[in-house]
Formats: sequence, C-alpha cells, structure tokens
Amino acid sequence: LSAQPIAMEEYIILMRLDLITKDKQPSPEQLESYMKMYHDWVGDIAAQNKFVGGKGLSTEGKVIKSDKLVTDGPFAEIKESIAGFITIRAASLDDAAAIAGKCPILQGEGNSVEVRKIVSK
Amino acid sequence: MSSPEIIPHLFRTEYRKIVSVLSKRFGFDQLEMAEDIASETFLTATQSWGIEGMPQNPAGWLYTVAMNKAKNFLQREALLKRKIAPEISRTAAKEEEPCVDLSPQNIQDSQLQMMFAICHPSISPEAQVGLSLRILCGFGIEEIASAFLSSKETINKRLFRAKERLREEKVQIEMPGAEAIGERLKVVLATIYLLFNEGYYSARQPHPLRKELCYEAMRLCHFLLENEQTNKPEVNALMALMCFHASRFDARANEQGELILYADQDTGLWNSELVSRGGYFLRCAATGNTLTRYHLEAGIAYWNTQGNDSIRKWEQILHYYNLLLQIDYSPIAALNRTFALAKVKGKPAAIIEAEKLGLEDYHFYYALLGELYSGVDDEQAKENYRKALAKSPAGFERRTIEKKLTELEGS
Repeated sequence: LSAQPIAMEEYIILMRLDLITKDKQPSPEQLESYMKMYHDWVGDIAAQNKFVGGKGLSTEGKVIKSDKLVTDGPFAEIKESIAGFITIRAASLDDAAAIAGKCPILQGEGNSVEVRKIVSK
Repeated sequence: MSSPEIIPHLFRTEYRKIVSVLSKRFGFDQLEMAEDIASETFLTATQSWGIEGMPQNPAGWLYTVAMNKAKNFLQREALLKRKIAPEISRTAAKEEEPCVDLSPQNIQDSQLQMMFAICHPSISPEAQVGLSLRILCGFGIEEIASAFLSSKETINKRLFRAKERLREEKVQIEMPGAEAIGERLKVVLATIYLLFNEGYYSARQPHPLRKELCYEAMRLCHFLLENEQTNKPEVNALMALMCFHASRFDARANEQGELILYADQDTGLWNSELVSRGGYFLRCAATGNTLTRYHLEAGIAYWNTQGNDSIRKWEQILHYYNLLLQIDYSPIAALNRTFALAKVKGKPAAIIEAEKLGLEDYHFYYALLGELYSGVDDEQAKENYRKALAKSPAGFERRTIEKKLTELEGS
C-alpha cells in the first residue's frame, strides 16, 4: 500500500549519549520533553512506512574485553554509551543518514548517532 | 412493534441464535441445514403471523418452529441416508424428539463458539467477514454482495467454499484451547472491527453510515466481554473504540444521510452516554501489559470525543498515532498523524513531513496537503485540492474538496 517504488534496505541507527557524567543527565521534565521529541521523530519515520523496529536500552550493562575482564556499565572507553537503536527502511545510506540526522538526541552536545546498513545476505 | 416491523428485528437478533444452537447440537457439518431451517422458520413466521397475528412470545414461537423443522429434517435424513450417514440416523433413532438445549447460557455460548468457528484461520479474512455477516448478523447474500461491492454469485461461491474448507478442517463449534485462544481471538477481533468499519466508513452505500452494522459489531464484541475466557484488555479496547466512534452517529450525518465533517458537527448531538461507556471499557482495557492497535485507536477516538481543541488533545492524538504507526502502518493513519502534527507543530512543519509520505496515489493525500497549505500558501493549496479532485471518486469526499476549493478561489 505504501507507494515506494525504490527497493528499500534496512539500516540500523545507533544512538549514543553520555549516560555517565552526572550533571549531563536530564531532569524528569527534560526527560519528558526529550521523549516527546524522540517519539515524534520515530513517528515521522513510521509515517513514511520506514520504521522496522527499535528498543531503548537499560543503563545497566556489562562490558567484556578480550582479556575476559568484565566491567560494569554500558560503556567501553568513551563516555558515550549506546542508549538505544532503531532499525529503519531506507532507499540508500544517504536517505538513512538524512533520517538519522533528524534524531533529537543530536541536540545534545557530544551525542552522536551512527547509521549502518544491515547485511541481509 | 407490529409484525412487519418485528420480523426483520427478530431476524437480526434471533437468526444467529437459531443457527448457532442447531449447529452446536448437530455439528458444524450441518451448518447449511441449520441456516436453511432458520430461514424457513422466518418464512413461516411471516406467513403465519400475517394471518393469525403475532404470538405472545415471538422468540419462543420461533424456537418451537425451528425445533420442529429440525426434527422433521433429521427424520427425513435418517430415512434417506441411513447407510451414508449412520451418525445422523443414530441420533434420530435414539431420540424421538431431538433435544436442544435452549437455556440462555447455551444460546450465548453457542453464539460465542460459532464466532470462533467462523473466524478460523484456514479461511480468508473476506470469507470470515462474509460468513460472520451471514450467520452472526443474519445478512442476506445481496446485502453482503453490496457491502463487498461484489456480485451475489461471487459471494455465494465464496461462502460455499469457506464452509467446505471449514468442514474439511473439521472445525468444531467450541472454544479454542487456552493456548490457541490468543491467536484466534485476534482474528475474531479483526472481523468485528472490519464489520464495524464496514458500517462506519462504507462509502459504497447511498447512506454512508450504516448504524445497523456497527451495532451488530458491538453486540458481538459484547459476547466476548461477557465470557471470562475472552474478556481480555484488547477486547475492552475494541469495545471502547467502537463506543467512542458510535457516540457521533447522530452528529455525523444530516437528514439526507450525507456525512458531516468532524469540524462541522453539532457537538450537542454527540452521545455522552456512549462516551462514558467507552471510558469505562478503556479503563478495563488498561490492565496487563499488551498494547494493541485497539488501545491506541481507542485513545485517539477518546480524544476525538473531546470537542474542544486543546494542545493536550492534539499532543495525545499525535503520540498515539506515533505508536500506532510503529505497530501497524497504514496510509490513512499516516495522513491522520500528519494532521495531528500540524495541530501540534504548525502547518509549515507538517507540510515538510507530509511531503515525505509518498502517498501520491491517494486523493486524501492531496486533500491533506490542500488543507495544510491553506493559509500558508493558497496557490499551493488550490493546486493540491485540484489534484485531489482529479483522483477523488464522486460522492461526499469529492463535494467536500470542491467546497474547500471554491472557498479558496473566492477569497
């Protein structure tokens, strides 16, 4: 039903934020407004029938390195941790990057999103 | 009610009961017999009530006649098919009077079980809805054909094949087991919702709003709510959704049966009783951890019962559409979501998103762009309304678009 003549491929958008530095964490009011922006962004994508799936991630986690050393926390060496991901359908990497570029977390300094094509074969 | 009025009314409410109870008693493979007996019973009623007047207890009269017809049928069958159908002959031989349980509980249970039998995944959704209309709502083949924009022959064939298939699958008139009920319930709900929408949105009928279909859908949903096994959050959500929609029945069409746009409706005609009943079901739906499309659509429908425009109303509607599109994309939801977006973020922001939707095949898409551009760029608005007109079929929607275009051209 969706008028999409071009073959679509799936991409993952990884969202990275600083989940560690105390004074960078949002207040409950800020969080609410961020969530609203986030849902609207995902809604924009879903309205184009380009939303495939996605989940937020808990801030609890563990990192395991090649020396088998296990550390707590969802982070490796950098402060930015993966806060969530969504998978989308897009016509090209540029199309996917344009969608990802509208992700509201990018309004936070130091945050980033990474777009990767999902290998299907 | 006099007999000419009461017979169609009884047909709607009693036909399915007679068919369900008889099929339950004699087996789903005897469905056609049950249907024939129910139809003949009403024929007899029409003739005899016309002459002798209405009996004291019309429904009871119908059951007695149906039972006699069933008995005669079985005896005939037993004589003719003693060798081919030993099962039936045994039944008939054993019991002089075929005993049919006519307790309210059995009538209720049989209908519920019939719903699950008809909504079997082995037949297509069209066949499920078709059979539901026929057996559960007592619709004639002609009525079903016109609801599906199809011919009587096609519908007859479709229903015939569906019944064959159900027989092959040895579908029983019983509730599915606890492990299967969730999946089967989805199909039942989808059928009820299709039935409701057929009545609510049908642009195919001269009278776009066919209340009767909607009330039938609500009645069927009620059966599910009255049964402990099927009184699930999503069933309550669907009921809430239908109540909220139904609350605008009287405001939604004028005396000529023409639809009236939401924004132009007399909110005084909105039925507050149905709104509060919807609210009750919505609260019942808010248990457990399932979030279905019915929950989200009921949420949207609830806010649509709130006549006053407020930022909170549109933010909530937008939010529910955001979630709805993630679990169940549809072009119409995408367009409605963009309308809500305009209410929350303004028309220019919504235009940017609208133009990404890629729904150029829909006249609604251009009608939405026409609406969004109105007051922002009237030339673009007119252009889009013209495109919408070029794609719109004749009827209410076309007249609505024409009116908006004329208003813009006049200004």
